[in-house]
Amino acid sequence: MSKNIKFLGLLLTLIIIFIILLKGLNVPKDYSNEKLNSKIDFSLNAKKLFSDEIINISDLFDKNSASIVNIWASWCAPCREEHQFLMKLKDMNINIIGINYKDSPKNAKNFLSLLGNPYSEVITDNDGTKSIEFGAIGVPETFIISGKTNEIIKKYIGPLTSDNLIEIKNLLKKNA
Amino acid sequence: MSNYLGNYSLYFALIASVYLIFKSYLDANSQNKYLDKSFILITSIQTIMITLSFFSLVAAFVISDFSNETVFNNSHTLKPLFYKVSGTWGNHEGSLLLWLLVLSIFLFIFLLNSRSQDTKYKLLTILFQQIIISGFLVFILLTSNPFKTLYPIPSEGLGLNPILQDPALAIHPPILYLGYVGTSIIFSASLASMISGNIGDKWARHIKKWVLVSWVFLTIGILLGSIWAYYELGWGGFWFWDPVENVSLMPWFCLTALLHTVIVLQKRNSFKEWTIILSITTFSLSMSGTFLVRSGILNSIHTFANDPSRGLFILSFLFILILMSILIFFFNQNKISNAGKENFILSKETAILVNNWFMMFFLSVVLVGTIYPIFLEVLNGSKISVGPPFYHNLLIPFLIPFLIFMSFGPSLKWIKDKIKKFNYNILIIFFISLLISYVILTKTENSFLLSIPLIVLSIYLLLVTIKDFFVSRSSISQKISHFGFSLLITSILLNGLFSNEFNSNMKVGDERIFNEKVVKLKEVNVTDVDNYKSLKASFEVTNKNSSFALHPEVRIYQQPLTITSEADIKTTLFSDNFLVFNILKDDGYYNVRYQYKPLMIWIWISTIFIGFGGLLSVIRKNEQKY
Repeated sequence: MSKNIKFLGLLLTLIIIFIILLKGLNVPKDYSNEKLNSKIDFSLNAKKLFSDEIINISDLFDKNSASIVNIWASWCAPCREEHQFLMKLKDMNINIIGINYKDSPKNAKNFLSLLGNPYSEVITDNDGTKSIEFGAIGVPETFIISGKTNEIIKKYIGPLTSDNLIEIKNLLKKNA
Repeated sequence: MSNYLGNYSLYFALIASVYLIFKSYLDANSQNKYLDKSFILITSIQTIMITLSFFSLVAAFVISDFSNETVFNNSHTLKPLFYKVSGTWGNHEGSLLLWLLVLSIFLFIFLLNSRSQDTKYKLLTILFQQIIISGFLVFILLTSNPFKTLYPIPSEGLGLNPILQDPALAIHPPILYLGYVGTSIIFSASLASMISGNIGDKWARHIKKWVLVSWVFLTIGILLGSIWAYYELGWGGFWFWDPVENVSLMPWFCLTALLHTVIVLQKRNSFKEWTIILSITTFSLSMSGTFLVRSGILNSIHTFANDPSRGLFILSFLFILILMSILIFFFNQNKISNAGKENFILSKETAILVNNWFMMFFLSVVLVGTIYPIFLEVLNGSKISVGPPFYHNLLIPFLIPFLIFMSFGPSLKWIKDKIKKFNYNILIIFFISLLISYVILTKTENSFLLSIPLIVLSIYLLLVTIKDFFVSRSSISQKISHFGFSLLITSILLNGLFSNEFNSNMKVGDERIFNEKVVKLKEVNVTDVDNYKSLKASFEVTNKNSSFALHPEVRIYQQPLTITSEADIKTTLFSDNFLVFNILKDDGYYNVRYQYKPLMIWIWISTIFIGFGGLLSVIRKNEQKY
């Protein structure tokens, strides 16, 4: 009798583990290995690139949808590379918030007038502190941020390419 | 051409597998005295077919045949030949084919080596092993066929991840697989012996070789992975408790327990059920390792492309195997005769049992740390990551009793030992280790109360294992492995205690002073090499009376665009100086990390000792005396 109980107990445990692992297989793995569940401090103030107006970062984000944040600089060659792709996103009516990293406003404005402005809004980050707040380690970097929870859902280090398009669209749709 | 050859030989191997499953099942139920000749024949044909398939994939990689999808995804014409070949198993499809190859070769060797065994037992081993082989064959053919073709044929491949272009990593997977797959033979053989009822000292002697072989390969495989992580990843550590590393460590704990238990079975004919349970668990853990790595269920730097259908297949297959083994275990349990053997508290049996408890504890901690985040995510959606502090806090305190047991356990006698007259040698050794530890601990500031007993005991154990070379009765292979283990623990502890590092942003010409050392960045040279751009820095580290140069490198690969940091490490017998730098896209500054790591090389050397002891035991025939 006790043998049967042992057997059934073991069987039940196995089935439970099986089900949990099965479910685990279908959990989407959107995040990379960096610690991403950190929230953004929305109380920061920042200066707009074009109007010199000081705003609160939280005003930039739409509370009801996910936003793309792109950190860039005019002196950064890979940023130039990914610019085309960002313009493509703009043409698809996808909003991108730009953070201009350690750049002179003059060069930044020249860069955008020359290559086109894919950003719905650009804020300046002269000393790099705002980018640090996002956990950036270099330029370019792109973040997808959930408006509801203020969490970083996805982080891309390095230039975006058209390979990322489908994933970005899916992430935006899922977190809308 | 090679695509067809590789693909169809896999189908032939599957047919052979199905034939062998039915034939061995039917024969096992009849009372044949001898093994039918067709078994060796069909098994060798199957092995040849799988070998053929594997080598046609290797050939496709060597000649850069981009009509093959696997080659296209993972190779490039510019890659050196060595990495073209190792690229064969550097990807999901190829590595599974390698698994399969080792599975079939091991069964073949098993058949050649078990002539003296009972026929029914052999038939059942073939049956179970073929079930595993056919499972892998179906898995490969259905979800991960390495011979998928592409048309039109691309002119250039997508390249192999440059981080995987490293000699240690090129041979790490095959060696690790030999260890993993070796456990499949142990699994099949123990299920077979359970049914045929031949568990006993004779079986133990026969299976011990397989346990040892798998254990040696697993040990060396883990070592190579660790060396790769240290030299290539450039994080300055040798073990990160990454889920994929843990997955190789778990079967190792289990196999180590089995290795000791099987000796009890051989000498004393007891612990029968426990041996079987350990055999089943070891293989299940190896298989779960494959599941966790291949399914993409884990978040780890190692995980390969994820495809839920693959995960589903391995998961189902794994659970069918586990279920099958549980059924066999419960329904044949009464065949095991446990002739009432008394166990005494002070005996080698008990010492080995204690060793097993510790191994099971270490295993549970690592298992929980690895699996728990998955469970939690499914159950309540929270994402946690279990890091080194979890493992350190749970494992390190238990090293203290473990080290104490290990210092006297191995020298106990079988059956029943007596507490002899007090041994003054032990006391002398203990005082010497106290003295050494005192000298060591006064040199560091970052020691804790816990590190005192740890250092004392690890040095004590080291001295005891050295002493054992001269006085103990146990076998030389055991002495070497135990010595290696104590050396490993001592090196890891001292390494952890005395390592230090600094992290700073530096420009060319900058100097930083750190622990009486001056680190100076002299220059950075940019050159174009074959398939990457290289930034080589020159650092000078000046100590009180000596100085040496370090040349870490940053490589920018184009195919695909990847930036890797090659650390420069100066290794001496006493310490490693580790320097790595990264590009900051800013004003010519570089991020520099310098680490001083004492006794690093001894971590590798001691692991080689551990494995070498096992190897010696495989080779030497008359290990039976002790």
